[in-house]
Parts: sequence; C-alpha cells; structure tokens
Amino acid sequence: MNPLVSPPFSSSLSRRALLRYGALAAGALLLGRRGLVAAPSAAAAIPPGKAKAVIQIWLGGGLSHLDTFDPKPGAGRDYCGPLDKPIATNAEGVTIGQLLPNLTGQADKFSLIRGMTHGNNAHETAAYIVQTGHPEGDHVVYPSLGAVVSLFMGVDAGYAGFIPPYIVLTGPQGRFSEAGFLGPRYKPFATGGDPARPVFAVEGIVAEGITPERQKARQKLLHDLDSLGPYLAGDPAIQEFQKAGDEAYDMILGDGAEVFQLSREPDELRERYGRNTFGQSCLAARRLVERGAKYVTINSNGWDTHKSHFQAMNRKLPELDRGLATLLQDLSDRGLLDGTIVWCGSEFGRTPRIQWEAPWNGGRGHYGKVFSTLVAGGGFRGGQIVGASDARGEEVAERPVYPWDLTGSIYGLLGIDPDGVFPRYGDASVRLTPQSGVPTGGRLKEIM
Amino acid sequence: MRKHPALLLLAFACVASGGSANPYESAPSARLLPAPSAKLDSLVRAGSVGTAPTCSDAAFLRRVYLDVLGTLPTREEAEAFLADNSPAKREQLVGRLLERPEFADYWGMKWGDLLRIKSEFPVNLWPNAAQAYDAWVRAVLAQNMPYSEFARQLITASGSNFRVPQANFLRAAGGRDPESLAAAAARVFMGTRLEGWPPKLRADMAAFFSGVRFKPTKEWKEEILVVEPGPEAPADLLLPDGESVSPPRGTDPRAAFARWLVTSPESPFAAVGANRIWFWLFGKGIVHEPDDFRPDNPPTNPALLDWLAKQFSASGYDTKKLLAIILNSATYQASSIPGEGGAFSYPVRRLEAEVLVDAINQVTGSEDEYSSLIPEPFTFLPEGTRAVALPDGSITSSVLELLGRPPRDTGLVAERASRMTAPQRLQLLNSRYVLQKLKTSAKLRELTKSGKDARGVTDALYLTILSRYPTELERNTIQAHQSPGKQPPKEWMLDVAWALINSPEFLYKH
Repeated sequence: MNPLVSPPFSSSLSRRALLRYGALAAGALLLGRRGLVAAPSAAAAIPPGKAKAVIQIWLGGGLSHLDTFDPKPGAGRDYCGPLDKPIATNAEGVTIGQLLPNLTGQADKFSLIRGMTHGNNAHETAAYIVQTGHPEGDHVVYPSLGAVVSLFMGVDAGYAGFIPPYIVLTGPQGRFSEAGFLGPRYKPFATGGDPARPVFAVEGIVAEGITPERQKARQKLLHDLDSLGPYLAGDPAIQEFQKAGDEAYDMILGDGAEVFQLSREPDELRERYGRNTFGQSCLAARRLVERGAKYVTINSNGWDTHKSHFQAMNRKLPELDRGLATLLQDLSDRGLLDGTIVWCGSEFGRTPRIQWEAPWNGGRGHYGKVFSTLVAGGGFRGGQIVGASDARGEEVAERPVYPWDLTGSIYGLLGIDPDGVFPRYGDASVRLTPQSGVPTGGRLKEIM
Repeated sequence: MRKHPALLLLAFACVASGGSANPYESAPSARLLPAPSAKLDSLVRAGSVGTAPTCSDAAFLRRVYLDVLGTLPTREEAEAFLADNSPAKREQLVGRLLERPEFADYWGMKWGDLLRIKSEFPVNLWPNAAQAYDAWVRAVLAQNMPYSEFARQLITASGSNFRVPQANFLRAAGGRDPESLAAAAARVFMGTRLEGWPPKLRADMAAFFSGVRFKPTKEWKEEILVVEPGPEAPADLLLPDGESVSPPRGTDPRAAFARWLVTSPESPFAAVGANRIWFWLFGKGIVHEPDDFRPDNPPTNPALLDWLAKQFSASGYDTKKLLAIILNSATYQASSIPGEGGAFSYPVRRLEAEVLVDAINQVTGSEDEYSSLIPEPFTFLPEGTRAVALPDGSITSSVLELLGRPPRDTGLVAERASRMTAPQRLQLLNSRYVLQKLKTSAKLRELTKSGKDARGVTDALYLTILSRYPTELERNTIQAHQSPGKQPPKEWMLDVAWALINSPEFLYKH
C-alpha cells in the first residue's frame, strides 16, 4: 500500500479526506527534504575556534549598568546616587564604577559592551533572549548558549571527560529551560552544595559520612539484590540504567571528585577570590575549565534591587569585583585566558533614574533598552569599549549590540558556525542565531 | 454495568523454564476476563506473535498503582492485596483505583504537560491563570467529564483567563495568531503538528480561530479572550476533511470546528484520544508519537486502534471506562519479561520525575517543600504537596529538573525525558538529598523496632519499597551482607533500603 494514502486516523476515512491528507503528507516530505539539504552545507566554512571553553557569570535579576560598567558621573544625583566617582583603569579611556577597584587592574584583559539592548523588561523573557540569543515569540524554544556548546563540543563531539561538559555553579536558573528543544540530555549539571564551605558537597559526587569501604559494600549489595535486572538484560532502558550506573561510580570512586576539592588550592589564592559563595564559585569554574569542562555558568542571584539598591550594591559589588578580577588574573597567569571566554552580564540593566520615593527608597527597576556586558578572553581583545549609551544611560547612543550579535560572536570564537543549523533538527530555518526579521548591530568584529 | 460478561477462559502459555517461579510472573492459570478486555486481547494477538505470560499479583499491583495513581501501594495495601484469594481481585482493584482522588492528580499532571500549564517562559500564564487552569483540569478528571465535552469547552471558551480556566487553552497556545491557536487544537485533539500541513490546509484550519483576540485588563497579566470576526473573515470555512461550513453571522466559528471535531466520523478525535491513553499506559502509542499522526506514520495495529476509538466514542467518551477495559486485559497484565520470539510484553519504563520523587518520599516518610519565588506573586504550596500534584510547570525543584520533568515548552510528549543518565544515577545513589531522607527516616527506623527479627524487618522493607515479599535468595543475600561486619540493625536496614531504592525494580515500571 502506498504510505502516502494509507489512512492516518481510522480505516473508515473517506476518499475525499484521503486526498486531503495525501496532500498533507506531500507537504511533510518536502519539509523533510529541505532540512536534509541544508544540514551538511553549513558547517564547513568556519575556521577552528581559538576558544576552548566558556565561563558565564550570570547576575540574575539585572545588573545596574550605571553603577558598574557604564558610569555617568555627569548625570547628577538622580542618576548616580552616592556612586558618582567612577575610577580609571589600566586601559586608556576606560572608567568603571567606584565599587570595582580590583577590576581596574584587569581592564586590559576585558572589554565592555555598553550598547547591549533588546527592550524587554520581564525577567523570564529577557533571560531567555539574552541566554539563547533569540527573540521571544518564535514557536521554537531555543537552547541556551551552554546547551548549544554542550551539543557541538560535548558528548556528541567526542567529549569524554569525567566532568559533565556543561556545569552550573551551584543552582539551575529556573527562569526557563536551558536545554530548550534539544532536550534534557543537554541540560547542565548543577553542583548544588556551597563551594565556600569546608567541604564543597557536590550533589551525588561527594557524600559526607560514607566511607569508600561502605560505598563499595553497598555497590555489591545493590548488584546482588537486583533481581529484576538480569531478566531484562536485553532491554535498552535497563542497559542505559547499567551504563549510567557505571559512569556514576566512576565519578564517585574515581578521580572525578578531585576537581571540586578547592582545599587543594593555596589559601592565599582562595582569599584573593573571596571566601564567599561567589568568589569560590569563580575558583571552582577555573578548576573546571582547566580540566576540560566546556561551559561553566555561575548563577549569582539577588541583583533584582528594586528597593534599597545602593545598600545592596555596597554588599554585592565588592564580592563581584574580587571574584571576577581574581578569575581573570588567575586564568591569565595559567595561560588559560586565551582559550577561555569569560562573559559577565544579566538579562537587562536597571533604570538609570533612581526611584527615591517610598516604597523603593532609592531603587532601580528593570531596564532592557540599554545595558552592559563584560567580555574577556578566548579571542576577545581587552581594553576596549564597544558602543555607548547616551549621557544618562537611557538610550543606545552608538553601536547597538543585540543578544544574538553577542552569542553569534561567542559561537564564532568557539569554532561553531553561528549561522549553522542544529544537526538532526528537521527544520532548516532553525539556526543558531536568527537569520532575518530582527534588528542587528553586527557581530563584535572590532574586538575579535 | 456489564450485563453479560462473556465467560472467556484464557489459558496462558507457561514459560519453558518451569521450576521455582520468579517474583514477577504468575503460574499459568485460567482466568475470567470481561468481554471487552478479552476482545482487546484477541486484537492484540492478531497483530503480534503472542503475549508474554501473566505478571504476578505483586507486579500487577505495583504497575496498576503507578499507571493509574502515579503512586506506590502502601505496605498495608500490598499485604492485603497479596493475601486476597478472590479470583476477581485484580478487576476489583482496578475499579477501586479509578475512583481514588490521586487519579486526578496524576492524570492532571499528564494533561498539564500537554496543555502547557506554566506561569513562566515561554507560556507566561502567570500563577493566577496557571493555578485556575490546573484546578479545573483536575476537577474535570475527578468527575470524569466526557472527553468530548472537555475538548469542546477548551476550544470554544471565552472570557478572562483568571476567571474562565478553559480560556487558557488558547492563551497557552504559544502564539496569538490564528495559526498558532489552530496548531494547539490540532496538536492536542487531532494528534498532528500543524506545521507539517500544506499551507492551504493550515490556512483553512486557522480561519476558525481568526477572530480570537486577547485583551489586557487592569489586573496584572489578566487577559480576556474575545471573538471579534474581522471584515476579512470568510463566510465559508473549510473543515479539515474538506467539507465546508458557513457559521451564521455573529456566531463563533470555533463552535463549528469543535462540533466537527467531536462528532464527525471523519474526525481523528476518538482515535487520537484512545491512542494517547494507550501511550500513557504502555509508553508507546499504536501511532507513535501520539502527537504525530501522519499518513506516513501509520498505526502498528490499525484494527486495534479502530476498535479502541469506537469503544471510546460509543461510551460517550468515558475515559475511565476505556481505562478499565485496557487495565483488565491480559495484554496490560502481561509480564514485563520478554517472552519467546518477540511476544508482547509490558514495556519497562523509568518512573516519571514527579512519581519517582513522590515514591522516595513515600517509602522514607518524608516530603519536599515546593515554592515559587518567581514570578510574583510568590507561591508557597502546603506541606506534603506531592510532586505529581504541582499546579504549575514553573514550580519545581532541582531534583525534578534533573530527573527529567518536562519544561512544558512544546506540549509534545517527547519533552518528558525518561532515559536514565549518569547525573541522575549520581543523584539517586549518592546525593545528600536521598541519603538524608534515608538516614533521618522515622518510618524506616520504626521497622527495626517493634520486636521484629531480621526476617520481619526484611519483609517490611520489601513490602514498603518493592510491594512484594523477598525471595529466599534475597533473604540470604541480606543475611550475608549483615553478618561479616556485625552491623547494628539500623545500619544494614539502611543499606538494604538504599539498595532497593536504587534497583531497577524500584526505579522502573515493570
């Protein structure tokens, strides 16, 4: 029987309906063929990447650009509040917020994008736009950068490290699903635990209070008590179960856990990173990329400072400053910075004009029209400013950079074709970055 | 009420091996099956090379609890069922389970995935709408509203999405243009992906939704669904089977589509609904994926699908009645251990993330706390809320995420991941999450008290965790583990509980 006209729903379908659904099938086949043609053609042109890994520092909630990477001392008290004395850096013409003194010594390594924009002021949607590099509203839910890197540089690309290729320190982000349509295989491994505690108890890998002997006795008991498994030895689901168990025990009993033992680092270095969750996460991120992890996200929360914003900045910025500055220096000292992209940003900026009135008491709201992102390493040049906001940081004044301009640049440095398709995904119009229908400022050629 | 259950005696072929039986299969016996279930079996047999032997009472008990309620039987329930000598006990159990309130929780979770009930990105229903929608779906399931009426209400609802829960069906469609709305209806009720249709058919289908508008109100994130046919609205609309209809001016064209959908013999509605229920019970649809009906994706057993669809529509779309027919069949009660030469066996599948978390909590007597700090207004769920009952895809935990709870991005069944991965095994074997639940479990500690000897403790552990008694071989293994180190009872008991929770028998439906 011709499969094109075999009844789709019930054997009692009329001839008229069959003709209609036959046409339907022809349409489906055409789509499929289009997908097949496009898939292999795209990959060839792109040169191998300079960058081997990415560290993403995500300041969830929204980083105030005026108080950090895009100070506007001339805008007056209603814009600067108490933070009106930005400081010079070791890069000519680059000044940054006064609560970031350690970063002034690293400005030759990083560049600041001051014209980031997408215009969306809702956390969940803006987080999706920035981390996937796609506008909202498409029918497709795209994967985040980390999941894409995991796809192209992780397990599917011969990655065989002990450590999962895509790791989140310490909790998943929750606003959207990082893996998008790629599915859970590409989700990050979230460490859990707290790297600032004496033992960084990474969920599942480091179990406090279970000796290796007891682990091994339990492993044997588990094997001996598995009565059902042997009957189902040929079942693919059970084979997967056994394989996953073997891999898990390699991590538990093998060397996998060593990467998380921050106590192996000199005390002096741990101090420099800052003895807090953020600082020690930066240190853990360096250890991870050093041992081959491809994409490490540090999720730092608490940046959604609607109320008492400046008190929060006094608390949070010094931690960010120490951790990030030490990370850049440490990566550089070890010769890792050339191969590691570091980007630090958030879903949007914060309203330049301060809300002094109650209940905000000196707060800043959500601001997607213009914000700043820091990039360093992996082929991004340092010491540069890309684009600018206007005198009060309220509009993009020159050189807008849209999220897809940034993600496309990062893909390019990693040797992943930013205009390419997703392998095995049927629809050839679904690309790593949007190919049309969106505004663009172009990729970051000036600093690559 | 069945009037004359045809007395059909079914003898099951014995596996060649003989000897002492494994705990998963029953000895061959003659059993009486309700006539529709026996008919189903004959259709399955006609389409395959046979059926595996019948599963044991213990395997059936666990399986039917997990498939109907998404929960494990308690130790007491397992003991009582295994001790029951009535030949009709399986059928009686099916009847009882279908009336339990957990049924609506578990099947509401499945529907929540399809309908994309979620506050945050990409659905952005916001907690008020998500929770109203979820509560309505679970109420519908609890009262066994006819599936046709359920569909009609979802497709034709108008009003505030905070106050008319059904209006969220189109609100959650993934876009507000007519084609996106049509795609949601096609996906959920016709089992097809509109984007694969030829453009002309897509446009015809979209026309039924062309007047739908969403109007904001002064309430944050509330929207009112109204139908305002524009001047471009065509007078004649083409149904998916090519028939034309002309809804009178001033009426909602969605009603004409819904009428066709649930009543036309050309409509795939009954087959798609029945196939999805089959998928939910067996992990694989007769058409697979159940949301990808296409002419070039034919049913593996067309006669069976046709018959199930007819049973479903003839019953007035009574979901529980269709479930009972399947659950009482020898097909559903086949062993999960593959028989000779590819005979039909019950497919082994990993427990869903929510079910697994609830099962671990049930056997250890613990609970997880669920709350959502994003978006506002913050949501805190009462203590003891089970994961299957979570009313919103955005309310989650890192464990649920890790275990493959679907993000409800697409509404496709493939989004729910049930393949075991190394990080999941790490979590189950060695995480503080699992180890603490075991270590601090008052429920398990209780088993080692109350004057029980090792045999009694082992029985209680097996009944609690695996819903069956241990075999002699298993008793010996446990004895060997406990004697060399002279472990205190709590230690070896915890080791055994840990091992059972990590066994495929606990982690998989079988």
